[in-house]
Amino acid sequence: MAMEAATIEKLIKDGIPDAAVEIADLRGDGDHYAALVTSAAFKGKSRVQQHQMVYAALQGRMGGELHALALTTAVPDNA
Amino acid sequence: MVDQNVVERIKQDLGSSDVVLYMKGTPVFPQCGFSAAVVQVLSHVGVPFKGVNILEEPGLRQGLKEFSNWPTFPQLYVKGELVGGCDIVREMYESGELQSLLTEKGVATGVNA
Repeated sequence: MAMEAATIEKLIKDGIPDAAVEIADLRGDGDHYAALVTSAAFKGKSRVQQHQMVYAALQGRMGGELHALALTTAVPDNA
Repeated sequence: MVDQNVVERIKQDLGSSDVVLYMKGTPVFPQCGFSAAVVQVLSHVGVPFKGVNILEEPGLRQGLKEFSNWPTFPQLYVKGELVGGCDIVREMYESGELQSLLTEKGVATGVNA
């Protein structure tokens, strides 16, 4: 099973409306992505909480349909 | 809802060691690149830890996902608190935050360095 980068991006943006999302397909197999998600909603949250927000936006696909997502989260400078 | 026996087992694990790594495989034979990466970080930092192979315990594997609201493995815990998976542990190691977290929590490091 694999996922399209565009689908991942849409899910994250649906879940975190102000998120800026950059996705790289690490192996071209639709199963191993790296993503940088930047959002003001992360402000004041721990890394674990920030990642949990992204996983929630992915609605349970993380670890199943989406095997690996090397995730980095960040707060925009102006937040 | 997480099965109560699984919760008890997790609490037992987390109480038995300052640093617990739920992983795929064992520290000596990791069976997943992400798990191997965290084992490597922990050995570089020189912190003793308890490795738990979730591939041998499906109930624990599912229970942990719900217990911590974290969908993947490895999962690193320090003093019973989820620190994160491979991404976060690597990021914290590179920034030095992992070392300061361990020191702040009174966990000895540099043991086998």
